[in-house]
Amino acid sequence: MERMYIFKRFERFWHWSQAALIMFLMLTGFEVHGSYTFFGFQQAVAYHTIAAWTLVGLWVFAVFWHLTTGEWKQYIPTMDKVVAMFRYYLTGIFTNAPHPFKQTRLKKHNPLQRLAYLFVLLVINPLIWTTGWFYLFYNSWKDWGVDWLNIEYVALFHVIAAFMMLIFFIAHVYLATAGHTPTAHIKAMITGWEETD
Amino acid sequence: MNTPRMKVRHALILIGCLLVTTSASAIVADAQPKADGAAITAQPGSATTTPVVTLANEKTTVAVSSEAYTKPKAKKPSTADHSKFSELDKDFKTGPEVTKACLECHTEAAKQVHNTKHWTWEYLNPVTKQKLGKKSIINNFCTAVTSNQTFCSACHVGYGWSDDSFDFTSEANVDCIACHDTTGSYKKIPGLSGHPNYEKMEWPPHSGKFREAVDLKKIAQNIGKTSRQTCGACHFYGGGGNAVKHGDLDSSLTNPKRYLDVHMESDGLNFTCGDCHVSDSHEVSGSRYAPTATDDEGALIRGKRNGRNPTTCVACHGNTPHPGNTTITAKLNAHTDKLACQTCHIPEFARGALATKMSWDWSTAGKLDEKGQRIIEKASNGRVSYDSKKGHFTYDRYVIPEYVWFNGNVKYTLFGEKVEGDKVNINTFLGSADDPDSRIWPVKVFRGKQPYDVGNETLAVFHTAGKDDSAFWGNYDWDKALEWGMREAGMKYSGEKKFVETEMSWPITHMVAPKEDAMRCEQCHTENGRLQAIDGIYMPGRNNTPLVDKIGFTLALLALLGVLIHGGIRYLMSKRG
Repeated sequence: MERMYIFKRFERFWHWSQAALIMFLMLTGFEVHGSYTFFGFQQAVAYHTIAAWTLVGLWVFAVFWHLTTGEWKQYIPTMDKVVAMFRYYLTGIFTNAPHPFKQTRLKKHNPLQRLAYLFVLLVINPLIWTTGWFYLFYNSWKDWGVDWLNIEYVALFHVIAAFMMLIFFIAHVYLATAGHTPTAHIKAMITGWEETD
Repeated sequence: MNTPRMKVRHALILIGCLLVTTSASAIVADAQPKADGAAITAQPGSATTTPVVTLANEKTTVAVSSEAYTKPKAKKPSTADHSKFSELDKDFKTGPEVTKACLECHTEAAKQVHNTKHWTWEYLNPVTKQKLGKKSIINNFCTAVTSNQTFCSACHVGYGWSDDSFDFTSEANVDCIACHDTTGSYKKIPGLSGHPNYEKMEWPPHSGKFREAVDLKKIAQNIGKTSRQTCGACHFYGGGGNAVKHGDLDSSLTNPKRYLDVHMESDGLNFTCGDCHVSDSHEVSGSRYAPTATDDEGALIRGKRNGRNPTTCVACHGNTPHPGNTTITAKLNAHTDKLACQTCHIPEFARGALATKMSWDWSTAGKLDEKGQRIIEKASNGRVSYDSKKGHFTYDRYVIPEYVWFNGNVKYTLFGEKVEGDKVNINTFLGSADDPDSRIWPVKVFRGKQPYDVGNETLAVFHTAGKDDSAFWGNYDWDKALEWGMREAGMKYSGEKKFVETEMSWPITHMVAPKEDAMRCEQCHTENGRLQAIDGIYMPGRNNTPLVDKIGFTLALLALLGVLIHGGIRYLMSKRG
């Protein structure tokens, strides 16, 4: 058994606070959308707004961290072993086949992870952030000269992005159990130390 | 495995997480609705009487905070004691005699009154060019003034208007007392053409009760400012009785509790009508013929009129009336681009426990009992539900308004205007979601059924009241009443009538609730909420996106199902070893 220090302190803090915020944003967001009643509309709006700004604040630090540490390179996409990863998840994982990807400090994420996170970073996040900000500043549209925008479509794309995030969330939480033991990845995200076979 | 160094790390992570959660909850707590904080906020009417004034924006507008101040009650409002004036120390025989005495000092008063709607009962809408005013319009209550002046003029600020020959240039015919009485003993009696009873008379008719002759000397010597009683004597009783017409104006506002009207509360701000309806040269501001539906120009600094209406909410509260800059109050302030203040702050009308009339069906009027006598039936709420003179009514209280886009322009269906079909809108509130001057307004919609002249294709004027053989009240003959009424209105009755359904909208703007009773967000931001019928806007919570929702939740469910199956197989395979 090997142990490797993969996730640094800030990274873990970022990950878990972001996870909590995103779950909370989904909970409040779908209530604002009218899917159910939990907090009540007024509270849901207030919580959603506050959580969104908190996430923005967190991201300021996260972006800085990624740039200064060079960790952004972890998301550079590769097609190397993507097929092998698919095959692993479809069959190998059931038969205890060896994992096709060997984790290192410079390559924390398997090629499928890289693609998935890059999709989050380049598609879901920009969509959800842009529409969210326009939604939030609806009353300033006239001053900004963008009152040709239609709130109905802004809201629609915000919701579409939210659904994508929800689906990513489900897959992400499940694949967190796909380590060499079901809790290995989760432990690593808490302690920073990944155990590998 | 667990080195001491790692334990320290774990502790640090734990502390970090705790810090994030506690600070987040602190920020969230800050955004709790202000109702929770009411205990620590000074309530109007409490010891502090300092006006709270905040600079609203750079345009140097000043907004009154909703935590307003308690108006000190004036002990001696006037610098003149009218009981010391020899001009008033007379035994006046008639109202006009009193007016002449008033005009000896207040030389311009009658001329001023002559220019007001209270006198002319006329209003020319500058936008639609329609000639409006009580004199011209037909409504779906008592329907029309024409041919019924002797009764209707009980609410005219004049004496002697019984027919078209009335002299609207006469200064002596201006009734000063109607608005300036402070004794509460002055009453203009319907049927006396705007006069009070100068001799003892039975009132109400056939009641066996008698009213003493009016004491004009006492009234003149106690003359003073207008009050909720004087304005209310007509405006609370419009449509033929207390609370009947407006829905947001009735005698409960004479002495209201905070719940009913946060500005007029007797023990609180104690506003009179005139505190908002500021007068200039006897012209009283604020009129439903030309309401101000939208005012984006912020609070109105005193002295600075610029032709703006001083009666609006904005005139005092500005365009960002919700104090503080929390997530919620900022959002509420942002709502002023689409909503009239009234929409949230007057959640119901007829909130003073008195029911207001909601419908009036003239078509059933005129039925008499076997002995040929007038029938009066009462509903379980104690209000009249049928009267031979008037037909069927319904009343309701604590009524949820209907909501419309409104830009301040009202188009009327006037007498003589050709209209077809069995449904006529007496008036239409203009406005739309695309119109930047429109706001969503609460309205009382009054529904009626009233006579229509088939041959002339117009809403009909009929003669209701009078001591003659044609007035409907007493003779119960529609054709005679219509013939007389139409003739007085300048048209020959075709001889054929029918009853058409009519709708008339009234803006709801009085009976402003305290903020804790204002509407909650979720009353509109939900499916089938208050504003379900309002078109042209996107409202989160009301408008969801059924197709996207269906696809989105289906895919999410499939993803969940997929991972569960995948996990299940993994589990089973691992068991098998």
